[in-house]
Amino acid sequence: MNDSFLLDGEDIPFTPGQTVMQAAAAAGKYIPHLCWHPDFAAHGSCKLCTVKIGGRFATSCTVRAAAGQEVENRTDELDAKRRTLLQLLFVEGNHFCPSCEKSGDCALQATAYELGMLTPHFDHFYPDRPVDASHPDVLLEFNRCILCELCVRASRDVDGKNVFALAGRGTRSHLVVNSDTGRLADTDFAATDRAAAVCPVGVILKKRVGFAVPIGQRTYDRQPISAGLRADDKAGAGFGEAG
Amino acid sequence: MSFQLETATVASDTLRRVAIDPVSRVEGHGKVTILLDEDNKVHQVRLHIVEFRGFERFIQGRPYWEVPVMVQRLCGICPVSHHLAASKALDLIVGAVRVTPTADKMRRLMHYGQILQSHALHFFHLSSPDLLFGFGSEVGRRNIVGVAQQYPDIAKKGILLRKFGQEVIRLTAGKRVHGTGAVPGGVNRSLTADERKDLLKDAYQMIAWSRDAVRIIKELHQQDPALYDHFGTVRSSFMGLVAPDGSLDLYHGVLRARDADGRILFDQVDYQTYDRLITEEVKPWSYMKFPYFTAMGPAAGWYKVGPLARVQNCDSIPTPFAEHERRELVAYGGGKPLHGSLAFHWARMIEMLFAAETIKDLLHDDDLSGTELMTGGERRREGVGVIEAPRGTLFHHYQVGDDDLVTMANLIVSTTNNNQAMNTAVREVAKQYLDGKEITEGLLNHLEVAIRAFDPCLSCATHALGKMPLEVRLVDAEGTELDRKYKA
Ligand code: SF4
Ligand code: FES
Repeated sequence: MNDSFLLDGEDIPFTPGQTVMQAAAAAGKYIPHLCWHPDFAAHGSCKLCTVKIGGRFATSCTVRAAAGQEVENRTDELDAKRRTLLQLLFVEGNHFCPSCEKSGDCALQATAYELGMLTPHFDHFYPDRPVDASHPDVLLEFNRCILCELCVRASRDVDGKNVFALAGRGTRSHLVVNSDTGRLADTDFAATDRAAAVCPVGVILKKRVGFAVPIGQRTYDRQPISAGLRADDKAGAGFGEAG
Repeated sequence: MSFQLETATVASDTLRRVAIDPVSRVEGHGKVTILLDEDNKVHQVRLHIVEFRGFERFIQGRPYWEVPVMVQRLCGICPVSHHLAASKALDLIVGAVRVTPTADKMRRLMHYGQILQSHALHFFHLSSPDLLFGFGSEVGRRNIVGVAQQYPDIAKKGILLRKFGQEVIRLTAGKRVHGTGAVPGGVNRSLTADERKDLLKDAYQMIAWSRDAVRIIKELHQQDPALYDHFGTVRSSFMGLVAPDGSLDLYHGVLRARDADGRILFDQVDYQTYDRLITEEVKPWSYMKFPYFTAMGPAAGWYKVGPLARVQNCDSIPTPFAEHERRELVAYGGGKPLHGSLAFHWARMIEMLFAAETIKDLLHDDDLSGTELMTGGERRREGVGVIEAPRGTLFHHYQVGDDDLVTMANLIVSTTNNNQAMNTAVREVAKQYLDGKEITEGLLNHLEVAIRAFDPCLSCATHALGKMPLEVRLVDAEGTELDRKYKA
């Protein structure tokens, strides 16, 4: 198959049915994203992957690649919009990187570095979301949730457990645990679940790990997120997973 | 590039997080209130410290493994000490009653690096301008820049000593500030042979310069004994950690205290039981508590911690040059403990020398390059970690629930331990230098020097350029303000 499109002026081959994001990732090209993951169906909610195709905005994780498309990706205009989206995510939750054990392995932080976000700009919401420490092996730190629904998809589609869901609307949207008590301990969730390792930020955390890997030696400390490695992919396959 | 996640203004008082750095340090200056009695004599002097309100609350409800990193953010002045004290307390929670030799030595190295850099900063950057130029000298010159012009050699040594200490911290903690080297149960890194060799290259020079620093402060004492022996004298008991054999150990040991005459009050106390020994008194006018030895009561039981307490508390110092200097200090006191505020500087430099020698010794130890970093054991619910921070004894006490969240945190920081002593020193100085109903320039300067001698961990007192913003109020018996002076 010789179909291809242009991404920031570069030829990107694709196979029919692939999205722009999948084709770009397969070609080792980074399009900023948070809710997309190569192993899961696209969700299209964070909008970070927004590109311009023929002058019109589109989420690259959901739009199909088509031959001859001209796709703008890392332009100043788009990166500025992405920065704003990031700033909104930062102020909607409580993201205190300095003492967060996910620092250096966090896609939100790494993407903010990649896009040169220097301040949160907006007033913080400072939501009050208590942690759920009920499960013996996994801690839920809801303060950092960016509502990407990766855990929802992983638990439902891979683990077949349906442990997580989003509830509420608009700024009140939040992650909930599907149990009568709302506590993780009262589900059949296990630390070995796919959903336990998929969170791109610091919400779903294996307990008692903390800072065992020094800051400075973590996935995005070693290379920027644009290089393609994912913190949840310790095998280090990086780009090339077309998904 | 860095994130500035703390740029928000205080949006609501229901927040837990806003009071962390920098908002909790809203008051960047020291505040002193001098209260007069009916005869317009100094009745009481209050040193107001706002840096530490309620920080235990931030820790409660957090997972324990986050704590050693988080506590570094509570106070920007000695993050390494909090990092280590918290780790020591949490070692017990994870059942690591004894950490591996590699972990123990890495932490010790980190700690002595911190002692070295902190003492160097305090002496050369903050205090040497006062001491070399005189307390009343022109303010514009009284800073490290002035020292660099007139005594370039001294300033250079100060800067390089500090840099070396910071380099030791960087390599052991992972970062120069806010590292993550220590974790509950051990450390997350060790040193390569090359890293040790690199540090060792400079270690001997640091010892030599530290010896010079002790000599400088000794000479200053000898030049003006009247001032050095009596200024801001606070006779009190004093406390600190010593090794079980009674020698100086700033990282780990047992609690020992002596009374003002040097007689042992208690010794060989396991610090897990500190709360049976010490009561923390709350006073309505201060955010900071006033701890005292429970057995002696609040009026008589307060004490000093820090370099002067430690150097006079121990029976010996395990490194030769520092031990030699300790003996001289003890001899100078003629068998009685020194209590003058300026003697702190002398003791502090002896400790800096001890730190430099200890760093050198540790760097020769192959355990630093070991691979056994972590250990653990039977889980416990409670742990106390104590360390001799640059400014004195630092207590971290935690209880952790079965769900791994901290349910109780109690911290007594060095400056809190010294709270009453600092207030007393400031009162003595005010008595001596207050003339009439006016706050003079001389009084301001002397108050500043007295406060600084304790090296309190106030952001104001540790301003890198050595200027301490200070506000002093003079209030009569009726509560009327007679005078107010501000020194920027
Ligand atoms: S918990 Fe993590 S994976 Fe789940 S929605 Fe929130 S950010 Fe996404
Ligand atoms: S990655 Fe495409 S919308 Fe989130």
